[in-house]
Amino acid sequence: MTTTIERPDLIGPEEPAGPGGHGPVEHRADDDGHHAGPSGIVNWLTSTDHKVIGKSYMITSLVVFFIAGVMALVIRAQLSNPTSSLVGFQTYNELFTMHGSLMLYLFAGPFAFGGLANYIVPLQVGAPDMAFPRLNALSYWLYLGGSTMMVSSFVVAGGAASYGWTAYAPLSNATNSPGAGADLWLLSLGLTGFSAIFTGVNLAATIFYLRAPGMTMFRVPIFSWNMLVTAILILIAFPVLFGAVVLLFCDRHFGTHIFSVQGGGVPVLWQNLFWFFGHPEVYILALPYFGMVTDILPVFSRKPLFGYKGMVFATMSIAALSTGVWAHHMFTTGVVLLPFFSLLSYLIAVPTGIKFFNWIGTMWGGQLSFQTPMLFSVGFLFAFLMGGVTGVLLASPPVDFMTHNTYFVVAHFHQVLIGTTVFAGFAGFYFWYPKMFGRMLNERLGKLHFWTMFIGFWITFIPQYLLGLDGMPRRIADYLPSNGWTTLNVVSTVGAFILGASFLFFFANLWVSWRSPVAAGDNPWDGGALEWCTSSPPPHHNFTHLPPIRSERPTWDYNHPEHRKMHRAGAEPVPDKETVHAGGDS
Amino acid sequence: MRVDGLFLVGLGIFFAIIGIVYWVFSYEDGGFLMLMGSALLGILPGSYYLWWARHMKPQPDDDPDASVAEGAGTVDSFPGSSIWPFILGAGAFFATLTFVFGLWMAPIAAALILSAAIGVTVESRRGGAV
Repeated sequence: MTTTIERPDLIGPEEPAGPGGHGPVEHRADDDGHHAGPSGIVNWLTSTDHKVIGKSYMITSLVVFFIAGVMALVIRAQLSNPTSSLVGFQTYNELFTMHGSLMLYLFAGPFAFGGLANYIVPLQVGAPDMAFPRLNALSYWLYLGGSTMMVSSFVVAGGAASYGWTAYAPLSNATNSPGAGADLWLLSLGLTGFSAIFTGVNLAATIFYLRAPGMTMFRVPIFSWNMLVTAILILIAFPVLFGAVVLLFCDRHFGTHIFSVQGGGVPVLWQNLFWFFGHPEVYILALPYFGMVTDILPVFSRKPLFGYKGMVFATMSIAALSTGVWAHHMFTTGVVLLPFFSLLSYLIAVPTGIKFFNWIGTMWGGQLSFQTPMLFSVGFLFAFLMGGVTGVLLASPPVDFMTHNTYFVVAHFHQVLIGTTVFAGFAGFYFWYPKMFGRMLNERLGKLHFWTMFIGFWITFIPQYLLGLDGMPRRIADYLPSNGWTTLNVVSTVGAFILGASFLFFFANLWVSWRSPVAAGDNPWDGGALEWCTSSPPPHHNFTHLPPIRSERPTWDYNHPEHRKMHRAGAEPVPDKETVHAGGDS
Repeated sequence: MRVDGLFLVGLGIFFAIIGIVYWVFSYEDGGFLMLMGSALLGILPGSYYLWWARHMKPQPDDDPDASVAEGAGTVDSFPGSSIWPFILGAGAFFATLTFVFGLWMAPIAAALILSAAIGVTVESRRGGAV
């Protein structure tokens, strides 16, 4: 009896000779010759392989991340002493606007759902590719076009957009923010918004319809579950953003008065529409990274995930609640229903708490090994806990009235977002890098990267909480020596530069792994999900063989027959290792 | 199919409930409409899936005891590579820039988008490059 199948049979009539994973700057460790077809730039332009597109997404979004990171360092340098004149006020406004916009719209989301999820989700559910490969490619090109548009808006006359990443009306109208930069910002959101919607459709269809036999919904790894929920949130949130952007563009150029008082419009309507996108967006950014950590912790704790179904339902509850809390960003406008939004915001702490409980339960009593992905995951737990707890404070309207628009809020959302998108994001990157490139990253450099980043992170943001409580407003380019904010700002700037310098270890690590590769093998971490049973990097349509799927850890069941978890009594036993060869490293 | 449908319908019902609660207490139309839109986004496809879950034979990916061999056969035939997404993306890029830099870009955008639309259709008809 054979329980495996030649996966190329699953797709198309003939052996595909298409591209096999040559990204734009990718260098394979084991160029084993099964990648005929176009190579180089032609391959990059024409590939519909989710692995190539995922890597392109990741590289583009990391480039955006480093551009926006340099902007953050300039911002911090400007604030390191009172009445500083490192950059002009207009430039400063452009810098913080573009820092926020690049990080939120073009790095954090696309890195997760366009990059890692694009690469990993089809592997985790046992699919040969994404459900709509050409739509997937289109979403990358839209994203690249939108990113180019937004980054290059610095060079047009009048400079880049300077109204903050939230583009509040009436500041963002044609009178207060003239110039092509602001228009490019809006249009870039239109393009990248569609790119996100297409990726969301693709992810949902892949997880719903392209799961391998036996991969029931409650065996799908949590990362893929979270990507499904993220995809649904994308479909709820991004159309609203697109609509709002179109309305704002009409106000700027076509003489409508939707967001301006003069023509009978309502400026606060922009906030209502924007935050209906903006708050689910926070969870579109956070949930994929929760999923990465949830997949990483069991592997380095040598235990199954504690409370799998609890995790799934917690993710769904977070998604559901996150759509009903948007106006907690608008408490101080005085026109929103405070009890409703406050209550729902508090409620989000419950499923998030369940997640924390399960993460700790997963590690509890496990044989923990602190390799780089695990270190970053634990760093995420600390960072996100601090950000989350201050978020609960801000859900209380009286506290929000006090701290609104101060550095307290800045510190809060940076701790949440760096905790998720950077700590957990790099945990995922270090974790899946061997799968994507077939070579390991250096552990020593990875640990140096983590510790410098972790230390720099706390030094940067703890002073900002104190500055906020002391009344320092956000988005100011200078302050007076008599304000007494100088010392804390200097500390914060030093922290930011430590945080920035930590990425030198990351670059060094990539360089070392590129110059002197250490082969990773199929399963360097002894992971349990399906992506670890194929070769590293996977062949064109991902799998040559599949193990039987009888739990949420099919590769673990197959590699550790002594720990097999049967689905139920009488189920077909998992065959011995001798009879099945999953993912031969050809 | 059943779990997928319940997942979507459940989300939709939740949005409908908080949407109604929100409207009753706030009389604010924008948020109410957006919440109702979200509710429909869950309920419409979710009930479609649930309908199919009752009318379709059970799928191997929903069977906890399915063997891998049950997934054998052709899933679908996709082009292994295609230039048209890039052309369409470039067309969308120029079409968007038309709003900033003027109508002279519109013919470029239209040419790119039309050629991509034709190209991708032809490619799908003949199965595409592998």
